[in-house]
Amino acid sequence: MLNSNKKIKVALIGNPNIGKSTLFNLLTGLHQKIANFPGVTVEKKTGSSTIFNSATGDANYLEIIDLPGTYSLYPNSPDERIPFEILCDPNNEDHPDIVVILADGTNLKRSLFLASQVIDLKIPSLLALNMMDLVQAQGIKINADELERRIGIRVCPIIARKCIGIEELKQALINDLPVPTTYVYDTTLIKPTLLAGICKELNLKSNYAALQIANHINSLEHFQISKEQQATLKNLFFGIEYDENKIQSFESLERYKSIQQIIESCVRLPHEKKVSFSTRIDKLLVHRIWGYAIFICILFVIFQSIFSLAEFPMNFIDETFTGFINIVRDFLPSGVLNDLIVKGVLAGIGGIIIFVPQIAMLFMFIAVLEDTGYMARVSFLMDKLMRNFGLNGRSVIPLMSGVACAVPAIMSTRTISSWKERIVTILVIPLMSCSARLPVFTLLISLIIPTNYIGVFNLQGLVLMSLYLIGFLAALLASIVISGLIKSKHKSYFIMEIPVYRMPRWSNILYSILDKVKIFLLDAGKIIIAISIVLWFLSSRGPGEKFEKVNQEISQLSPDKTDAQKRLHLESLKLEYSYAGHLGHLLEPIIKPLGFDWKIGIALVTSFAAREVFVGTMTTIYGVGSDKNLTVKEKMRIEKDVLTGKPRYSVAVGWSLMLFYAFAMQCMSTLAVVRRETGSWKWPVIQFLYLSGLAYFTSLIVYQILK
Amino acid sequence: MILNKEMANSSKKLSLLKKGEKCIVDSYIDENMQQKMLDMGCLPGEVITIDRFAPLGCPIAISVGGTVLCIRKDEAENILVNVID
Repeated sequence: MLNSNKKIKVALIGNPNIGKSTLFNLLTGLHQKIANFPGVTVEKKTGSSTIFNSATGDANYLEIIDLPGTYSLYPNSPDERIPFEILCDPNNEDHPDIVVILADGTNLKRSLFLASQVIDLKIPSLLALNMMDLVQAQGIKINADELERRIGIRVCPIIARKCIGIEELKQALINDLPVPTTYVYDTTLIKPTLLAGICKELNLKSNYAALQIANHINSLEHFQISKEQQATLKNLFFGIEYDENKIQSFESLERYKSIQQIIESCVRLPHEKKVSFSTRIDKLLVHRIWGYAIFICILFVIFQSIFSLAEFPMNFIDETFTGFINIVRDFLPSGVLNDLIVKGVLAGIGGIIIFVPQIAMLFMFIAVLEDTGYMARVSFLMDKLMRNFGLNGRSVIPLMSGVACAVPAIMSTRTISSWKERIVTILVIPLMSCSARLPVFTLLISLIIPTNYIGVFNLQGLVLMSLYLIGFLAALLASIVISGLIKSKHKSYFIMEIPVYRMPRWSNILYSILDKVKIFLLDAGKIIIAISIVLWFLSSRGPGEKFEKVNQEISQLSPDKTDAQKRLHLESLKLEYSYAGHLGHLLEPIIKPLGFDWKIGIALVTSFAAREVFVGTMTTIYGVGSDKNLTVKEKMRIEKDVLTGKPRYSVAVGWSLMLFYAFAMQCMSTLAVVRRETGSWKWPVIQFLYLSGLAYFTSLIVYQILK
Repeated sequence: MILNKEMANSSKKLSLLKKGEKCIVDSYIDENMQQKMLDMGCLPGEVITIDRFAPLGCPIAISVGGTVLCIRKDEAENILVNVID
């Protein structure tokens, strides 16, 4: 009997696109957790489930792990290494008590390939035979009892989308599934002494597990096998000729022969095939003209939604949160702690939740496109085009989303299966001009570009458009360069399945949105709050007496000034004497060749939080000496260069500054999300350095030419 | 033999076929690629139909055993096939 107090560890495995996440959601509901598998950026989804025994009423607790979709236990990519390592290593911390193998009834041969490998590992398992509705619609007949007898494990026919057969499957899970007794394909005949030796050394129950170990004898670093044991294992190969590639393909072909016999005994295929619904839709959706036209329309809708539709909930969040912050500020006794909570912590949290509408909206679209099967067609249409730039067909949607915001865009690169192409996409996304640059651009454009018209075109509008275009071209050029520099560890194949079109499952989409929002809030959020607190400290504290004496200086101001003017003056001086102010002065020699002064230097420091902070900081800095009620724009316009007497914000400075903001990675949230998505600080640091370098040298060249 | 590189006279690369043509998989040139194709159920002896080419000529959509796979042209060069009339 299974001990009902102990959690039963269940692993869910299956081919991609056959309803694995649907089944996982059905089994676990909202009790899900997402993390990364250690060392790789492969998402680890786990969930818990309580199943009541229908006969005894006893509760059974299950912990379910959703393994990445795979076609076999021979790993080709980091995603596929995970199921291989977890299932072939009995000492792996995630090694399950039971495996639920999800099979596609309409393609039983291929599903049984993976299933038979799991069965031959001698782990208690159950075959969930999914898509039984399609099986019937296509006129395929499957004798489930015969299949059960032939493969030696329990078979449960289900229709996951319609929630049919799930209760039977749950009951089967808690009723003592036996260890499979027979092999679907017995590998004993391949190198019998070697396999027996490995079984004995590692105390394995299955000679197929031994074969898997033998095939990967030189890459067992993630296995719970000691160095000494690995050496002993390697000695077993002494005097044996062993070509793992040949053995693997021989074994695969023999395995398929056994599967073919099983199929012949229990599956009857229809005589004629109808032209499928998907084939007919594809005539239009991947058509050489209509295909692209429709894709552009879809991109347009996505782009419009995350750009303008998301603005309403974002404004709502902004207003409500500002209101909340004000209440907290008034409620807490004033002082450093109040300041820290309000301007450091709460400002950081506000900066995080503001992203939620855009993330939710983008992932709603992506989940619909994935779930319907359209995303695979996007790959098919765009792959050749994007490959010219070292990108992937699936890079298009992340790149375009980057125009709204890099944060959700970077999170959406998970649909790119090739590691290298995904990294390249992540690295260039911040070059796409995001919406946070808009306030900076509009302020500077209105300062330096006259409101002339060229024909019907407004000159300011043209400049703004050219900035977007420059960002886009820079992204493409950067991808070519970066993909030439990054060396991929192993050769990856593009080969993928184009699934049939299906209606999206709304609950799956909801789960997907919740997952992404949760990942962002919890994982990236931590880093954003930390940086936010550091920035608060830099801009509100200062060294030495000068900072302390700001208040006295203000009280010496002429008495005819209003309180509001005094407050503005105070904040401005505080910022100047703060650590950030000192940093601005320190930066001045470095940024002088770009045409920037210490005031811009301060803004560069503070706007690392987010680019639009530039405008706010400039407003504070220019709060000094507000004799007349001028806006920040007007003050910046009338400011004169001390040496030349010409306007401080000349065309050269304006362009230099705009291009700096077009390229520099002035966004802590992007940095945090890249850290989360790539699993280390290596890539965000590289990205920060190359983007800052690009920004610096572009601004330098442009300023030196224009001035 | 799968890895028989001295191909029969009639074998040619899958990448050379035209839309709508049918063929039988003979063998694979690249060993790793072979394993990947075997994993996806595309065995020697299996019938492949060329469904369509992407508008720019690559990738290629092929039907194998009831499913549609999408492969790049340089990957298709690794698959040797015999055309059926």
